[in-house]
Amino acid sequence: MDKNINIKVRVWRQAGPKAKGYFETYELKNIFQGASFLEMMDILNEQLIAEHKDPIAFDHDCREGICGMCSMYVNGHPHGPDSAITTCQLHMRKFNDGETITVEPWRSHAFPVIKDLMVDRGAYDKIMQAGGFISVNTGGVPDANAIPIPKAKADEAMDAASCIGCGACAAACKNGSAMLFVAAKVSQLALLPQGKVEAAKRAKAMVAKMDELGFGNCTNTGACAAECPKSVSLTNIARLNREFLAAKFQD
Amino acid sequence: MWLTDSSIGRKFVMSISGLFLVLFLLFHASMNLTLIFSEDAYNWICEMLGANWYALIGTGVLALGVLVHFAFAIVLTYQNRKARGNDRYAVETRQEGVDWASKNMLALGIIVLGFLVLHLANFWFKMQFQELTGLKTGAFDPQNGAAYVKYLFTGLYDPAGIQEGYEFSPMANWLHPVYCILYLVWLCALWFHLSHGVWSALQTMGMSNTLWLNRIKVISIVVATIIVGMFAAVIVYYLGMFVGANCF
Ligand code: HEM
Ligand code: SF4
Ligand code: FES
Repeated sequence: MDKNINIKVRVWRQAGPKAKGYFETYELKNIFQGASFLEMMDILNEQLIAEHKDPIAFDHDCREGICGMCSMYVNGHPHGPDSAITTCQLHMRKFNDGETITVEPWRSHAFPVIKDLMVDRGAYDKIMQAGGFISVNTGGVPDANAIPIPKAKADEAMDAASCIGCGACAAACKNGSAMLFVAAKVSQLALLPQGKVEAAKRAKAMVAKMDELGFGNCTNTGACAAECPKSVSLTNIARLNREFLAAKFQD
Repeated sequence: MWLTDSSIGRKFVMSISGLFLVLFLLFHASMNLTLIFSEDAYNWICEMLGANWYALIGTGVLALGVLVHFAFAIVLTYQNRKARGNDRYAVETRQEGVDWASKNMLALGIIVLGFLVLHLANFWFKMQFQELTGLKTGAFDPQNGAAYVKYLFTGLYDPAGIQEGYEFSPMANWLHPVYCILYLVWLCALWFHLSHGVWSALQTMGMSNTLWLNRIKVISIVVATIIVGMFAAVIVYYLGMFVGANCF
């Protein structure tokens, strides 16, 4: 049964991108275990505001696991100790009375801290802009069944498309590699006929942008897939490698 | 050049050079295995692969392979540390399903390389180098490799096998089992390196999907075990011989 617990929260505080960060520990009393992790953070912030202190900056938006904004590294795991969920879907029942919970921002060279727990994930947007789309002329809506797609392919593409661009993959990776994200975004299109047309160009452009932005070289440790809130599979990385190598050998 | 300028290109070089070394090790291990069955067969191989042109080309290509693999390993690891950034996490945890070897490939590789230097001093310098230059760097005729291997690991030798004009003074007896143990430690590091390396190389080349991901991981363990097992069998065989000769 959910009960009320007393906890300590050890949070990374950093005033700005250039400022030196440090950990600060806050005590919280009577937190209901049925509360979400972000609700706990809200309670903490209200407590800070009441004490005339600067509240903790953190990213969040939908609070239902679909936008990818929430980005906390909780007790050594991106999106916390539970698997296949985002931080906003994490509940306080995953923690015990008296526990000290450590909350850090994503730490990766390409994701600089903006403030406290907020990091700049614009790098992922830039990779998308480099090729994560298909070019089609606007016009009448084509019939949904005009292009037949095998169910298995559609499912795989859908699984890849479940990536919400949260950045946990690069945050978890010891090599600071964004391969799982790029692989998901390349795969969701490469698997479908509409995406095939620009597949080679897309793989090259997105990988080039990823490298340019300073993400690391993937060594297949698998930490990304283990921490991904959407359980995007490592096999997508193999597909990205295939797409990229095929494109380069064609040149 | 995309092989050096792109991350996947660099990984591709890493995997090709790694798999090339794996093939070599398979070849090398099966040659060693003959020592257990027939010293004559081993010596026949020593003769075949002495200092003739094909053995020398082979050695050259091999050295190049190690060099490329090593150089890329250093560059990749350096870039990856930079990509990780200077700020480390205060709490580091192990994720489920992430094997230890995959996070320590450079360290494991450097252990392998360290022993490789010892190994070249032990064998290559006393065999192929000797044949090349005609200098008597070793006590035994390079064509009689089996006698030398046996001496190094067990201390047993036939005085008639010592080359003429070579000042032979046997090394301390305890050194022989120490060499055996050192080689076994080396093989352990190699096993861990390969248990991740083989499947990682295949994944890098794109040879993986939902069905094959688990299969290539199994293949990786099997290949690592076969290679290390073959090498280790020979060492254990000689270690047993040493124990038999000294303790009973
Ligand atoms: C000279 C010393 C060596 C060093 C410093 C070294 C280092 C490395 C490093 C850092 C990696 C990258 C990790 C990764 O991509 O997962 C790697 C991968 C690999 N190494 Fe080595 N290694 C050495 C020797 C060897 C040897 C002797 C073999 C073969 C028997 C070998 C086989 C492999 C394989 C198959 C891979 C996988 C390539 C890939 O992941 O794409 N390595 N090595
Ligand atoms: S692949 Fe997973 S961890 Fe990476 S950005 Fe997408 S949803 Fe997040
Ligand atoms: S706030 Fe939208 S996924 Fe967590």
